Amino acid sequence: MRMKFVAALGLTVAMGSALMVFATPPAGSGSITGKVTYTGTPMKMKPIDMSKEPSCAKQHATPVDTENVATGPGNTLQWVVVYISAGDEGTTTPSQGVRYDQKGCQYLPHVLPMLAGQQLQIYNDDQTSHNIHPLAKVNQEWNKSQPPGSPPIDTKWDKPEFISVKCNIHPWMHGYFVVLKTSHYAVTGADGTFTITGLPAGKYTVTAWQEQYGTKTQDVTVGGGAATANFVFTATPY
Amino acid sequence: MTLKKFAVTFALGSAVLLSASATRSTAQSHVNSPDPLLGTPSVATETSQINGITGHAEGGKMLYRRFCIGCHGPDGNGQGMNAQWIDPQPRDFTEATFKCRSTPTGTLPLDQDLYDAITRGFVDTNMPSWRPLNPQQRADLVAFIKTWSPRFAKEKPGTPLTIPQETPITIESILHGRELYQKLECWKCHGPEGHADGPSAATLTDSKGNPIKPFNFSTGERFMCGQTNRDLYRIFMTGLDGSPMPSFADVIQPNDAWDLVHFLRTLQVGLPNQELTLWQSYKAAHGKDLKPIGPDSAGGAQ
Repeated sequence: MRMKFVAALGLTVAMGSALMVFATPPAGSGSITGKVTYTGTPMKMKPIDMSKEPSCAKQHATPVDTENVATGPGNTLQWVVVYISAGDEGTTTPSQGVRYDQKGCQYLPHVLPMLAGQQLQIYNDDQTSHNIHPLAKVNQEWNKSQPPGSPPIDTKWDKPEFISVKCNIHPWMHGYFVVLKTSHYAVTGADGTFTITGLPAGKYTVTAWQEQYGTKTQDVTVGGGAATANFVFTATPY
Repeated sequence: MTLKKFAVTFALGSAVLLSASATRSTAQSHVNSPDPLLGTPSVATETSQINGITGHAEGGKMLYRRFCIGCHGPDGNGQGMNAQWIDPQPRDFTEATFKCRSTPTGTLPLDQDLYDAITRGFVDTNMPSWRPLNPQQRADLVAFIKTWSPRFAKEKPGTPLTIPQETPITIESILHGRELYQKLECWKCHGPEGHADGPSAATLTDSKGNPIKPFNFSTGERFMCGQTNRDLYRIFMTGLDGSPMPSFADVIQPNDAWDLVHFLRTLQVGLPNQELTLWQSYKAAHGKDLKPIGPDSAGGAQ
């Protein structure tokens, strides 16, 4: 009788730990890497005239360009968010937050991906007031003034959404919060490349999002090493 | 005989009336909806609590059909048949974003905020005051308006702003408020003299992308969200959600906020007030020593 109880207890503990293993799968060693390019003619990015805000204008030796479609040599696209849109079982909320800066009357980075619920800190590094106005539709939109020297705004977004961010005082300032259900994402660099790491072997749906051209999706099977996924967007000049 | 004639006339009249109402109901039944005039709200029902009155969406629905549908539309999205002629556009209730709130930016308004908006109306817009409706009817309308967005069923309103007692109106207070107007860069939109002609004024759009003008303090125009100093305090502290006007609640201390209120009143040259009188006599004596507001003034802008 007593033996039976101990055996039953042992079994329960064993099952419990097995469940725990399944609940938090180990970070995988697989990765997805690739390049995002375009065909067609993209809209031309224009130099921004910041003369109305001298404290920002003087931070840029040459005027910076708008960034809606940031292209590089070889038809590459920068600021594309590539993320696992299905098949990701290993997402955990990171303890570290993400940081967004207003500097030289620009948003740095121009596109900031984050996990829903992840802490987001917004800094004003400029000598001028900004109002930070995320035009959320799924989440709730808000609009806060942040004069120079203010403490960072501490916030988070609860639901996945591509949120356009603007400053009404400096209308050229424009960026995106990309709120995702997954912690497995990457943003393409100036050369259009990205790498999503830490993926356990498995089948995934991968989505690439570009603010002007929307999303492209493909299925990718990850083994132990690096899988490849390239994306091609069709660019339009307007 | 006379009686018979009357009976015939009555019968004929009733027949005409009956056939008229029959035609009407046939016309209505063509619309593939249980309620031909209204779209389907996000949630079936809602209530509102205003000063001990409980509003019910069911009652508000009939009133909405009668009074609101023309502008705010059968789907509550601000696209009623009159909307194309109206600037600013009627509120889209499906977004649950409201300008006049006592709650922080990004949170739902109190029932009382919506009730006050209906009661007061919005000056300089097509939204009239609905004071002719009794308090129960207005409370019912608040309850019905909340059915257009699922957020009211899921979330609580934000914690309303606490407004401390107003500080005395003094020259010191006005001067400090003027410094804040410079430092917080209110002038970037509202202009150095409050004429709505700041450097960013021409570029402003609301959250739907429609052009919008900053408030012009000088014309004698009244504030959309209430006329008192407390209303003015609340407007810039909570911001006007859906518009370019941000919330300053995190960056202005309560006493400083009263100073800014006092200064803003001095910009209302078209609307005589106590602050303006005090300011004008001060300016007559010390006007030359005042640095003009704007980019050239010391405020780190250069």
